[in-house]
Amino acid sequence: MFLIPKPVGKFFHRMASPPHFYDFTSRLIPWLSWIFLFLVVAGLYGGLVLAPADYQQGDSFRIMYIHVPSAWMSMFVYVMMAVAGGIGLVWRLKLAEIVAISSASVGAGFTFIALVTGSLWGKPMWGTWWVWDARLTSELILLFLYLGVIGLYGAIDDKRTASRAVAILALVGVVNIPIIHYSVVWWNTLHQGPIISDELRPTVHISMLWPLLVMAGAFKIYYVIAMLQRARAELVVRERNSQWVKALLESK
Amino acid sequence: MNWQEFFAMGGYAFYVWMSYGITVIVMLVIVVMPIVQRKQFLRQQLLRLKRQEKI
Repeated sequence: MFLIPKPVGKFFHRMASPPHFYDFTSRLIPWLSWIFLFLVVAGLYGGLVLAPADYQQGDSFRIMYIHVPSAWMSMFVYVMMAVAGGIGLVWRLKLAEIVAISSASVGAGFTFIALVTGSLWGKPMWGTWWVWDARLTSELILLFLYLGVIGLYGAIDDKRTASRAVAILALVGVVNIPIIHYSVVWWNTLHQGPIISDELRPTVHISMLWPLLVMAGAFKIYYVIAMLQRARAELVVRERNSQWVKALLESK
Repeated sequence: MNWQEFFAMGGYAFYVWMSYGITVIVMLVIVVMPIVQRKQFLRQQLLRLKRQEKI
Protein backbone atom coordinates (compact mmCIF):
# COMPACT_ATOMS: atom_id res chain seq x y z
CA MET A 1 0.00 0.00 0.00
CA PHE A 2 3.05 2.27 -0.06
CA LEU A 3 2.17 3.47 -3.58
CA ILE A 4 -1.16 4.97 -2.51
CA PRO A 5 -1.07 8.50 -1.03
CA LYS A 6 -2.19 8.56 2.58
CA PRO A 7 -5.33 10.75 2.18
CA VAL A 8 -6.56 8.50 -0.65
CA GLY A 9 -6.02 5.38 1.41
CA LYS A 10 -7.80 7.01 4.33
CA PHE A 11 -10.74 7.95 2.09
CA PHE A 12 -11.21 4.38 0.84
CA HIS A 13 -10.81 3.04 4.34
CA ARG A 14 -13.63 5.28 5.56
CA MET A 15 -15.80 4.49 2.52
CA ALA A 16 -15.57 0.80 3.39
CA SER A 17 -17.64 1.52 6.49
CA PRO A 18 -21.35 1.11 5.60
CA PRO A 19 -22.81 4.02 7.64
CA HIS A 20 -20.14 6.38 6.37
CA PHE A 21 -20.73 5.22 2.79
CA TYR A 22 -24.49 5.71 3.17
CA ASP A 23 -24.10 9.18 4.62
CA PHE A 24 -21.40 10.31 2.20
CA THR A 25 -23.27 9.14 -0.92
CA SER A 26 -26.47 10.86 0.19
CA ARG A 27 -24.54 14.13 0.13
CA LEU A 28 -22.54 13.30 -3.02
CA ILE A 29 -25.44 12.32 -5.30
CA PRO A 30 -27.08 15.79 -5.54
CA TRP A 31 -23.77 17.30 -6.68
CA LEU A 32 -23.28 14.56 -9.26
CA SER A 33 -26.85 15.04 -10.48
CA TRP A 34 -26.21 18.72 -11.20
CA ILE A 35 -23.01 17.91 -13.09
CA PHE A 36 -24.86 15.23 -15.05
CA LEU A 37 -27.68 17.63 -15.93
CA PHE A 38 -25.24 20.28 -17.12
CA LEU A 39 -23.29 17.82 -19.26
CA VAL A 40 -26.36 16.18 -20.78
CA VAL A 41 -27.96 19.52 -21.74
CA ALA A 42 -24.70 20.75 -23.30
CA GLY A 43 -24.05 17.43 -25.05
CA LEU A 44 -27.57 17.12 -26.47
CA TYR A 45 -27.60 20.73 -27.64
CA GLY A 46 -24.25 20.22 -29.35
CA GLY A 47 -25.22 16.87 -30.82
CA LEU A 48 -28.80 17.45 -31.88
CA VAL A 49 -28.70 21.15 -32.79
CA LEU A 50 -25.20 22.53 -33.37
CA ALA A 51 -23.48 19.61 -35.13
CA PRO A 52 -24.08 19.63 -38.89
CA ALA A 53 -25.77 16.65 -40.56
CA ASP A 54 -23.33 13.97 -41.74
CA TYR A 55 -22.55 14.14 -45.46
CA GLN A 56 -23.10 10.38 -45.83
CA GLN A 57 -25.60 9.49 -43.11
CA GLY A 58 -27.66 12.67 -42.87
CA ASP A 59 -29.29 13.23 -39.48
CA SER A 60 -29.35 9.51 -38.61
CA PHE A 61 -25.76 9.83 -37.33
CA ARG A 62 -27.14 11.73 -34.31
CA ILE A 63 -27.97 8.34 -32.79
CA MET A 64 -24.19 8.13 -32.28
CA TYR A 65 -24.42 10.53 -29.31
CA ILE A 66 -26.17 7.89 -27.23
CA HIS A 67 -25.10 4.72 -29.03
CA VAL A 68 -21.34 5.21 -28.72
CA PRO A 69 -21.25 6.42 -25.07
CA SER A 70 -23.54 3.60 -23.95
CA ALA A 71 -21.44 1.03 -25.84
CA TRP A 72 -18.27 2.41 -24.20
CA MET A 73 -19.95 2.36 -20.81
CA SER A 74 -21.23 -1.19 -21.29
CA MET A 75 -17.59 -2.31 -21.39
CA PHE A 76 -16.28 0.13 -18.77
CA VAL A 77 -18.95 -0.87 -16.25
CA TYR A 78 -18.19 -4.55 -16.84
CA VAL A 79 -14.53 -4.00 -16.00
CA MET A 80 -15.52 -1.99 -12.90
CA MET A 81 -17.83 -4.82 -11.85
CA ALA A 82 -15.12 -7.45 -12.31
CA VAL A 83 -12.50 -5.36 -10.47
CA ALA A 84 -14.85 -4.63 -7.56
CA GLY A 85 -15.84 -8.30 -7.51
CA GLY A 86 -12.18 -9.32 -7.44
CA ILE A 87 -11.46 -6.93 -4.55
CA GLY A 88 -14.45 -8.36 -2.69
CA LEU A 89 -13.22 -11.86 -3.36
CA VAL A 90 -9.69 -11.24 -2.08
CA TRP A 91 -10.24 -8.82 0.81
CA ARG A 92 -13.82 -9.76 1.72
CA LEU A 93 -14.88 -6.13 1.63
CA LYS A 94 -18.64 -5.93 1.89
CA LEU A 95 -18.78 -2.62 0.06
CA ALA A 96 -16.71 -3.92 -2.86
CA GLU A 97 -19.19 -6.78 -3.20
CA ILE A 98 -22.06 -4.31 -3.19
CA VAL A 99 -20.41 -2.04 -5.77
CA ALA A 100 -19.89 -5.09 -8.00
CA ILE A 101 -23.49 -6.28 -7.96
CA SER A 102 -24.82 -2.72 -8.13
CA SER A 103 -22.85 -2.16 -11.33
CA ALA A 104 -24.52 -5.14 -13.01
CA SER A 105 -27.98 -3.64 -13.53
CA VAL A 106 -26.53 -0.32 -14.75
CA GLY A 107 -24.19 -2.14 -17.14
CA ALA A 108 -27.03 -4.30 -18.43
CA GLY A 109 -28.98 -1.11 -19.10
CA PHE A 110 -26.11 0.43 -21.07
CA THR A 111 -25.66 -2.79 -23.06
CA PHE A 112 -29.37 -2.93 -23.84
CA ILE A 113 -29.32 0.73 -24.97
CA ALA A 114 -26.24 0.12 -27.15
CA LEU A 115 -27.93 -2.87 -28.83
CA VAL A 116 -31.31 -1.18 -29.38
CA THR A 117 -29.93 2.14 -30.63
CA GLY A 118 -27.48 0.24 -32.82
CA SER A 119 -30.38 -1.66 -34.30
CA LEU A 120 -32.33 1.56 -34.88
CA TRP A 121 -29.26 3.05 -36.56
CA GLY A 122 -28.51 -0.09 -38.57
CA LYS A 123 -31.96 -0.30 -40.15
CA PRO A 124 -31.73 2.94 -42.19
CA MET A 125 -27.96 2.69 -42.81
CA TRP A 126 -27.36 -1.02 -43.42
CA GLY A 127 -30.88 -2.00 -44.40
CA THR A 128 -31.20 -4.49 -41.54
CA TRP A 129 -32.04 -4.40 -37.82
CA TRP A 130 -29.54 -7.11 -36.96
CA VAL A 131 -26.65 -9.15 -38.36
CA TRP A 132 -24.83 -11.97 -36.59
CA ASP A 133 -21.41 -10.42 -36.99
CA ALA A 134 -18.61 -10.28 -34.44
CA ARG A 135 -19.29 -6.85 -32.91
CA LEU A 136 -23.03 -7.31 -32.50
CA THR A 137 -22.80 -10.90 -31.30
CA SER A 138 -20.09 -10.20 -28.72
CA GLU A 139 -22.12 -7.23 -27.39
CA LEU A 140 -25.17 -9.51 -27.09
CA ILE A 141 -23.03 -12.00 -25.14
CA LEU A 142 -22.11 -9.11 -22.84
CA LEU A 143 -25.81 -8.53 -22.14
CA PHE A 144 -26.22 -12.23 -21.30
CA LEU A 145 -23.19 -12.04 -18.99
CA TYR A 146 -24.78 -9.14 -17.11
CA LEU A 147 -28.11 -10.95 -16.91
CA GLY A 148 -26.28 -14.08 -15.75
CA VAL A 149 -24.62 -12.10 -12.96
CA ILE A 150 -27.94 -10.58 -11.85
CA GLY A 151 -29.71 -13.96 -12.03
CA LEU A 152 -26.99 -15.80 -10.15
CA TYR A 153 -26.95 -13.18 -7.40
CA GLY A 154 -30.72 -13.46 -7.02
CA ALA A 155 -30.65 -17.25 -6.96
CA ILE A 156 -28.37 -17.57 -3.91
CA ASP A 157 -29.94 -16.58 -0.61
CA ASP A 158 -26.79 -15.95 1.39
CA LYS A 159 -25.56 -12.69 -0.13
CA ARG A 160 -21.94 -13.18 0.92
CA THR A 161 -21.85 -16.49 -0.96
CA ALA A 162 -23.81 -14.97 -3.85
CA SER A 163 -21.24 -12.16 -4.13
CA ARG A 164 -18.36 -14.63 -4.34
CA ALA A 165 -20.10 -16.64 -7.06
CA VAL A 166 -20.94 -13.50 -9.00
CA ALA A 167 -17.37 -12.19 -8.76
CA ILE A 168 -15.99 -15.40 -10.27
CA LEU A 169 -18.52 -15.29 -13.13
CA ALA A 170 -17.72 -11.61 -13.75
CA LEU A 171 -13.96 -12.25 -13.78
CA VAL A 172 -14.29 -15.16 -16.23
CA GLY A 173 -16.45 -13.01 -18.52
CA VAL A 174 -13.74 -10.34 -18.79
CA VAL A 175 -12.32 -12.25 -21.81
CA ASN A 176 -15.30 -10.94 -23.76
CA ILE A 177 -14.21 -7.29 -23.36
CA PRO A 178 -11.15 -7.31 -25.67
CA ILE A 179 -13.14 -9.44 -28.09
CA ILE A 180 -15.81 -6.73 -28.32
CA HIS A 181 -13.23 -3.98 -28.66
CA TYR A 182 -11.16 -5.64 -31.39
CA SER A 183 -14.06 -7.40 -33.14
CA VAL A 184 -14.23 -4.74 -35.85
CA VAL A 185 -10.50 -5.12 -36.50
CA TRP A 186 -10.18 -8.90 -36.34
CA TRP A 187 -13.23 -9.82 -38.40
CA ASN A 188 -14.94 -8.43 -41.46
CA THR A 189 -18.05 -6.71 -40.28
CA LEU A 190 -20.78 -4.29 -41.26
CA HIS A 191 -20.02 -2.29 -38.14
CA GLN A 192 -17.74 0.65 -38.80
CA GLY A 193 -14.24 0.71 -37.34
CA PRO A 194 -13.03 2.85 -34.47
CA ILE A 195 -13.20 6.58 -35.15
CA ILE A 196 -11.77 7.90 -31.90
CA SER A 197 -8.97 5.56 -30.82
CA ASP A 198 -7.47 5.24 -34.33
CA GLU A 199 -4.93 8.07 -34.34
CA LEU A 200 -4.03 7.50 -38.00
CA ARG A 201 -7.48 8.56 -39.12
CA PRO A 202 -8.85 11.54 -37.23
CA THR A 203 -12.07 11.27 -39.21
CA VAL A 204 -14.48 13.12 -36.96
CA HIS A 205 -14.75 16.88 -37.24
CA ILE A 206 -14.43 18.77 -33.95
CA SER A 207 -18.01 20.12 -34.14
CA MET A 208 -19.27 16.52 -34.20
CA LEU A 209 -16.68 15.23 -31.75
CA TRP A 210 -17.05 17.50 -28.72
CA PRO A 211 -20.73 16.64 -28.08
CA LEU A 212 -19.78 12.96 -28.18
CA LEU A 213 -17.09 13.42 -25.55
CA VAL A 214 -19.42 15.52 -23.38
CA MET A 215 -22.12 12.83 -23.64
CA ALA A 216 -19.54 10.20 -22.71
CA GLY A 217 -18.76 12.26 -19.59
CA ALA A 218 -22.48 12.56 -18.80
CA PHE A 219 -22.98 8.80 -19.11
CA LYS A 220 -20.03 8.15 -16.82
CA ILE A 221 -21.50 10.43 -14.14
CA TYR A 222 -24.86 8.71 -14.65
CA TYR A 223 -23.21 5.35 -14.00
CA VAL A 224 -21.83 6.59 -10.68
CA ILE A 225 -25.22 7.99 -9.63
CA ALA A 226 -27.23 4.91 -10.65
CA MET A 227 -24.69 2.48 -9.19
CA LEU A 228 -24.61 4.38 -5.87
CA GLN A 229 -28.42 4.43 -5.68
CA ARG A 230 -28.51 0.67 -6.24
CA ALA A 231 -25.72 0.23 -3.66
CA ARG A 232 -27.64 2.25 -1.06
CA ALA A 233 -30.73 0.11 -1.58
CA GLU A 234 -28.65 -3.07 -1.35
CA LEU A 235 -26.81 -1.81 1.73
CA VAL A 236 -29.87 -1.14 3.90
CA VAL A 237 -31.27 -4.59 3.10
CA ARG A 238 -28.01 -6.36 3.92
CA GLU A 239 -27.43 -4.30 7.05
CA ARG A 240 -31.04 -4.27 8.28
CA ASN A 241 -30.12 -5.71 11.68
CA SER A 242 -27.18 -3.42 12.30
CA GLN A 243 -27.13 -0.55 14.77
CA TRP A 244 -26.72 2.19 12.17
CA VAL A 245 -29.80 1.16 10.15
CA LYS A 246 -31.82 1.06 13.38
CA ALA A 247 -30.52 4.52 14.25
CA LEU A 248 -31.45 5.66 10.74
CA LEU A 249 -35.01 4.37 11.22
CA GLU A 250 -35.33 5.96 14.64
CA SER A 251 -34.23 9.32 13.29
CA LYS A 252 -37.22 9.30 10.94
CA MET B 1 -33.81 26.04 -38.50
CA ASN B 2 -37.44 25.73 -37.32
CA TRP B 3 -38.95 23.20 -34.95
CA GLN B 4 -40.63 21.16 -37.66
CA GLU B 5 -37.34 20.71 -39.45
CA PHE B 6 -35.67 19.79 -36.18
CA PHE B 7 -38.20 17.08 -35.34
CA ALA B 8 -38.13 15.70 -38.90
CA MET B 9 -34.40 14.86 -38.51
CA GLY B 10 -33.91 14.89 -42.27
CA GLY B 11 -36.39 12.01 -42.68
CA TYR B 12 -34.86 9.88 -39.91
CA ALA B 13 -37.25 11.11 -37.19
CA PHE B 14 -38.52 7.62 -36.27
CA TYR B 15 -35.06 6.10 -35.82
CA VAL B 16 -33.53 9.08 -34.02
CA TRP B 17 -36.41 9.80 -31.61
CA MET B 18 -37.05 6.11 -30.92
CA SER B 19 -33.38 5.76 -29.92
CA TYR B 20 -33.47 8.79 -27.65
CA GLY B 21 -36.86 7.85 -26.19
CA ILE B 22 -35.86 4.29 -25.29
CA THR B 23 -32.59 5.54 -23.81
CA VAL B 24 -34.38 8.05 -21.56
CA ILE B 25 -36.89 5.43 -20.36
CA VAL B 26 -34.25 2.77 -19.61
CA MET B 27 -31.96 5.23 -17.80
CA LEU B 28 -34.83 6.64 -15.75
CA VAL B 29 -36.10 3.22 -14.69
CA ILE B 30 -32.63 2.07 -13.66
CA VAL B 31 -31.96 5.08 -11.45
CA VAL B 32 -35.47 5.44 -9.95
CA MET B 33 -36.12 1.76 -9.14
CA PRO B 34 -33.50 1.43 -6.37
CA ILE B 35 -34.65 4.72 -4.79
CA VAL B 36 -38.24 3.46 -4.60
CA GLN B 37 -37.12 0.04 -3.33
CA ARG B 38 -34.91 1.54 -0.61
CA LYS B 39 -37.65 3.88 0.63
CA GLN B 40 -40.20 1.05 0.60
CA PHE B 41 -37.85 -1.21 2.53
CA LEU B 42 -37.08 1.44 5.14
CA ARG B 43 -40.80 2.14 5.57
CA GLN B 44 -41.49 -1.59 6.12
CA GLN B 45 -38.66 -1.82 8.64
CA LEU B 46 -39.98 1.21 10.47
CA LEU B 47 -43.45 -0.37 10.74
CA ARG B 48 -41.90 -3.61 12.01
CA LEU B 49 -39.89 -1.69 14.58
CA LYS B 50 -43.01 0.12 15.83
CA ARG B 51 -44.97 -3.13 16.06
CA GLN B 52 -42.18 -4.69 18.14
CA GLU B 53 -42.18 -1.74 20.49
CA LYS B 54 -45.96 -2.14 21.09
CA ILE B 55 -45.50 -5.80 22.03
